[in-house]
This record gives sequence, structure tokens and C-alpha cells, in this order.
Amino acid sequence: MRYMMLIYSKEQPGSLDQEAAERTYTGHLALMEEAARKGILVGAEPLAPTSSATTVRVESGKTLITDGPFAETKEQLAGYYILDCQNLDEAIEWAARLPTACRGKEGCVEIRPMPGIPARPELRALARNA
Amino acid sequence: MPDIPALAEKVFREESGRVLAALIRISGSFDRAEEAMQEAFAAALASWPEKGVPENGAAWIMATAHRKLIDGVRRENTRREKQDALRYAAELAASPPAPDFEEGAMHFPDDRLRLIFTCCHPALNQEAQVALTLRTLGGLSTPEIARAFLLPEPTLAQRIVRAKRKIQEARIPYEVPPADRLQERLAPVQAVIYLIFNEGYAATSGDRLVRSDLCSEAIRLGRVLCDLMPDQAENLGLLALMLLHDSRRNARVRDGELVTLEEQDRSTWDQDAIAEGLRLVERALAFRTPGPYQLQAAIAALHAQAKTPQDTDWTRIAALYGRLLEWNPSRVVALNHAVAVAMSAGLEEGLKRIEELGHAGGLDNYYLFHAARAEILRRLNHPAEAAEAYRHARSLATNRIEQGYLERRLREVMAAPQSS
Repeated sequence: MRYMMLIYSKEQPGSLDQEAAERTYTGHLALMEEAARKGILVGAEPLAPTSSATTVRVESGKTLITDGPFAETKEQLAGYYILDCQNLDEAIEWAARLPTACRGKEGCVEIRPMPGIPARPELRALARNA
Repeated sequence: MPDIPALAEKVFREESGRVLAALIRISGSFDRAEEAMQEAFAAALASWPEKGVPENGAAWIMATAHRKLIDGVRRENTRREKQDALRYAAELAASPPAPDFEEGAMHFPDDRLRLIFTCCHPALNQEAQVALTLRTLGGLSTPEIARAFLLPEPTLAQRIVRAKRKIQEARIPYEVPPADRLQERLAPVQAVIYLIFNEGYAATSGDRLVRSDLCSEAIRLGRVLCDLMPDQAENLGLLALMLLHDSRRNARVRDGELVTLEEQDRSTWDQDAIAEGLRLVERALAFRTPGPYQLQAAIAALHAQAKTPQDTDWTRIAALYGRLLEWNPSRVVALNHAVAVAMSAGLEEGLKRIEELGHAGGLDNYYLFHAARAEILRRLNHPAEAAEAYRHARSLATNRIEQGYLERRLREVMAAPQSS
């Protein structure tokens, strides 16, 4: 089962200090390498901060565009991993090792299974080849 | 002629957890396992009166349920397209129908252990853990669980459906956690069992103080846990704790009124339960891996061993509560510690600690805090202040028997002559 791990963290008002940024970066890199070696890394990427977010909504044919994220919360979606794990326990083990999750109460990881579209395998193939 | 339905129900109570656990492992599905088991019990009710009760009823149920499972999968297969066949179908159809289960073939201890850890997986919320544990391992029906927790049946049914769906969709594994995760995963299992016990022992609302069916069920589950993992001292501690509390079941209520530990007729305490509890405490402590359940069991053991209230070893109880505070620094434990101090080091010292706890906050809506304060004030001969505290406690208690007890105490202190 593929699991998406949504990394939520507090956005820093300024940029991270050099050392912390470096630590987070190398932490993720090591984890991604290990997951890739095990053949379970499907994808992983950081997202730009919510200051660059745009929210789009269509209401009665009209496209409404607003500046900012969908919801203003203390912790924001900062990036994701997609890992192909045996079961939820394995996914939890990986999630607990993501550098963001380790930083006390400042971040958390939401794990969501990705069941795919079982009835239409050809759609999945199309999406992969796109 | 034996009472077949009663006999079948007994087998169901005792064996359904074991049977269901094995069927879930075989089928990979809670729903299909449950369906097969129910069909097997229905078959027992139909065939036992005619053909006689088999020697090993549980094995008969298991073999029949296994056959029903295979039949079910075959039926589903013929309905579905070939490439759409169920994941487990091939494996299932290939396995032998196992018509004659040999003696001992029923023992799949790991299956029940797997089931416990799946039902109490931390990715499920605790309400769901409790409901699912009682439903699958306890063999209680949804209406029975709903009644026990005073919840509408659809609410409870919904809870179970959602939990089962999450297990399937998120792929919560059906396995015993690895050794390095065992301790942290055992904690929610113990918590669920103790919560079931407490719900039965101190029913939070309603007319009855003790719902013994829930207590018995929790004790039964505690025994299963000890059977499956006898080397975990906290499992033994938990079972001991429940047995020792439960030994006072019949002494706690008299003519519909709550009887405090001090006022209880100690000759009505269940001595068998006490003896077993004491043995378990000793066995647990020998592991030298202390924990909160063992400490609470040791406290309950000291109460159980006191021939009269005056014989109670409050000094050791206070010390044990002090140690329990290290594990569980909650205000409720601190309150119990303060009461034990009041009973050993002196009422004034105990009251001082209780007042400090009150000032620290967080206990204001806890009726036992006000009841404990009232009790000490009464003993210190401050009836007016005691009455005030009893009144406060009564307004917070939700169980009618507890309200009745506080009412009685209130009348007593109000009748007492005022101290100068």
C-alpha cells in the first residue's frame, strides 16, 4: 500500500538559520536515500511556503481566486513523502523518522493511505505515463 | 436433555474470541470472519439438539465456521469475474476444509494476541478500541455493548463499522508488534481492559453503581492477556488489581446505598479473589519491573489484607502512592496520596496537602476531591465546612447511588453538634 505522508510544520517568520536548515536538508536526504535503496520511495518533495499559495474555488461558473492557503492554521503543509509500505505500522515507523516530526510539538505528519482507483487500472497507468 | 441454547451460549462466550481471531487470520477480513462464525453458531443451534452435543464444542464451531468461510468465498467467486477474485480466495480454496479438528488444534494463541493488538492499535481512537475489543474478543453483541455504555445502539454500531473500515483501509496490521515496540503497544491494550473494568466498577451514571457484567468481562480479558503474555509483570498487576477491587463488589452496596471501604462488612469480601490477587501481586513484583498497575494492585492488596479498617497500613499505602505519582503525576493520584497521608501522618497534614491541590486547580469539578476534603473536615470536627464540601461534591456526582451516599453524609454532619 502506498501511503502519503503529509508533513505539517510551523512556518518560521524569517528563514531558518543556516545550521537548522542544513540539518533538516541532510536529514531528509538520508531518509530518501534509504527509502530509495529499499525500493519503497515513490516520491518526496518540499512545498514553497504558504505566502506563495493561491486558493481557487469555482462558484456558479465563476472562478474565485484568493491569496493564501485554503485554511489559516498554526501548522501548514510543508511537503510530502509517498512510500510504498507493507502496512500502517511500517508507515508509522518511517513517519516518526521524518526530520520534521522529531522537532517536539512543532510539527506532525499525517499518514493517508493511497488506495488508488482499483476499478480502473488503466487510469493509473495513464497517470504514471503522463 | 441439556439446555442446548445455554450450552451454545457458554461456548460462544468462552471461545468466540479464539475462533474469531483464527478466522480473521485465515480470511483477512473481520466481516467475513464474523459472518462465518455466526453461521456456525446458528448451525450448532440447529444440529446439536438432533445429533447431540459434540465433545469439543469449540472445535466443532471452528471447523464449521472454516467451512462456511470457504463456501462464502466460493459463492463470491462464482458471482464475480475471474480476474476480480478476492485476494485470499486462491489461498483459501487451496487449504483443506479441516473437518475434524484434533484436540489442541484450537490453540492459536498468537491469533488472539494479534487480534488484541489490532483492536487496540493506537491509530484507532480509544472509544473504538473498547467497542472493537468487546465485540471481537469479548464476544459481546452490539446491543449488549451499547447497553453497558448507555449509548444508543446506532452510535455504537457506527463506531464499530468505522473502526473496521479504518483497519482495512489504512492496513492496520494483524500481528504482534516487534519486541522493541511491545511495551508502548501493550499500554493501550491494558488501558482498554482497565477502562472496561472501571466502567463496570464505578458506573459513571445511572442507577446501578456496579455493572458486574463489564467487570467480569474485563477480568476475563485480563486473564487472556496473562495467559498469552505471562512474562509481562504489568499484565499480572492489572489482573491482580481488578480481582482485588472486584472482591469487594458485594460489600460496596447495601440496600441501594454506597458503603465506603471503612464501613464495609469485610466478611463479605470474596476471599478467593483476594487470594488470587495477592498471589498475582507477588508473582508480578518478583519480575522487578515495577509499573503503575502493580503499584495500584499493591495498594489494593494492603487494603484487602487489613482485618479491620484500623489495621490498614496507611504508611505503606502513602509510600506506594508516592511511587505511583512518579509514574503517573496526575492530580487524582496526588489526591489519593494526600488522603493516605491524612490517614497515616495526620489529618492536619493531609488537609494541608488537599488544600494545596485545590489551589493548584484542575480538581474543582471532580466530586471525589470535594468528598475527600469533606471527609477530612468531618474527622477534624469542622461540620460546617464539611457540610459545604459535601454539598459541593453532591452537586457534581452523576451516579444516583453516589449522590445518595453524599446526601446521607451531609445529613450526618448537619446533625452533629457544632464545634466551638
